[in-house]
Amino acid sequence: MDHTAGMPVDPRVLEAMLPYFSQQYGNPFSLHSWGNEARKVLEDARAKVVALVGAKRSEEIFFTSGGTESNNLAIKGVAYRNKDRGTHIVTSTIEHMSVMNPCKSLMKEGFNVTYVPVDKYGVVDIQSLEKTITDKTILVSIMYANGEIGTIQPIREIGEIVHRKGALLHIDAVAAIGQVPINAESENIDLMSISSNDMYGPRGAGALYVKTGTRIQPIIQGGGQERGLRSGTENIPAIVGMGKAAEIAKAEMKTEGERLSRLRDKLIRGLLEGIPSSFLNGHPTQRLPNNANVRFSYIEGESLILSLDMLGVACSSGSACTSKTLEPSHVLLAIGLKHEEAHGSLLFTLGKQNNEADVDYVVNALPDIVKRLRAISPLTPKEPLS
Amino acid sequence: MYTEKVMEHFRNPHNMGEIPDADGVGTVGNPVCGDLMTIYIKVKDNRIEDIKFKTFGCGAAIATSSMITELAKGKTLEEAMKITRGDVADSLGGLPPIKMHCSNLAADGLHAAIQDYLKKKEAKK
Repeated sequence: MDHTAGMPVDPRVLEAMLPYFSQQYGNPFSLHSWGNEARKVLEDARAKVVALVGAKRSEEIFFTSGGTESNNLAIKGVAYRNKDRGTHIVTSTIEHMSVMNPCKSLMKEGFNVTYVPVDKYGVVDIQSLEKTITDKTILVSIMYANGEIGTIQPIREIGEIVHRKGALLHIDAVAAIGQVPINAESENIDLMSISSNDMYGPRGAGALYVKTGTRIQPIIQGGGQERGLRSGTENIPAIVGMGKAAEIAKAEMKTEGERLSRLRDKLIRGLLEGIPSSFLNGHPTQRLPNNANVRFSYIEGESLILSLDMLGVACSSGSACTSKTLEPSHVLLAIGLKHEEAHGSLLFTLGKQNNEADVDYVVNALPDIVKRLRAISPLTPKEPLS
Repeated sequence: MYTEKVMEHFRNPHNMGEIPDADGVGTVGNPVCGDLMTIYIKVKDNRIEDIKFKTFGCGAAIATSSMITELAKGKTLEEAMKITRGDVADSLGGLPPIKMHCSNLAADGLHAAIQDYLKKKEAKK
């Protein structure tokens, strides 16, 4: 139940990709017929991504190497191209590192970045966002949904404000794509990052949606592929896989989303009811269908993960002890949790492989694990927990 | 990422619990940082006769707590004071570099409990 950390490639995706490694290896840049064929394949994949994100034209989709590159391209590409108009960028306190770190690096180059806070559910503070945007603001970058706490942002509303104030809106939709329906055009989005491997596609492919007329410049330069915005020989097998994954996601999103939402709610309810002093992290309803993030007082996440791993269950934690930095998750701190609360959080991300029996298994197993670790912990109160 | 020995002590920690009438108690760490350890000792004829722990923390924190109680049990206070974080990690077959502070914590917890005992003894005189 750790799909955010790594998803398997859908067998149908793999099958679609296979011919493009050693049989149809044409380069879309070549003029001969193999090149033509590769170009057709590339444009076919692009059309499937266009359909998934609600773009108007195929020229609005640029393939990249993944979500991280798309976020870098959107933020740096827009910042450099528009610095004649202003040097102010607005983002939130719960963004992914691939948004946070490009912003940090732009600050060293003289740009100003403001981080808008979120409420206790992880929803961006709209009033503060509106106040923050000035006539110097060129870009607002907000994630569609947070992969850690599952909270989905009111993107359309954010887009209205951003456009009224004359700035561009970039959406990091990596965690949301394929999970919930997104329409870039009607949700007022100017740029949007997506990746293939978060929708059962292969790693190494992603895309940036850039609405027609948006001022942006490349950060990777070379032979001028992807209409000059992203040079480098197209990774055709991965792009074909991403196209197939987009097609499947669009077709199956509704039924799979409903199935996962039911499992998610069952898991959350089961854990909250079965374990005293347990709490949901993130929004109770505005949340990704696959995301359950629950925290347990008085114990620490890594020891929970180890215990579940011994029973064959994989999941993640916001605990410092599971990270490379020994700092708890910035997202959990941003929603107002104390360090010790963040340490005791468990993240389950469900996927196609999970079923009701998996949920029942965790709901049955976790109370004893929590009880055991609480018996070991000196923080656990002597009186019974409510 | 952990050795089998670490997992063994995590699964079945030795000497877990409290000693209500402990002669010395040492608490180290901080829940803010993700680990808090309390070591209880019972001392007889200058030897650690009984020792127990309670720990909030990761797998390594729990395993090092368990190991330090094993290493210290039956030792004289002087011997116990000489137990280092390296001894704890070595007895567990090693720890990942980022978890070395856990073994530090365990050694510190034991030493804090002994110092608490010595302080109380001094006060009684």
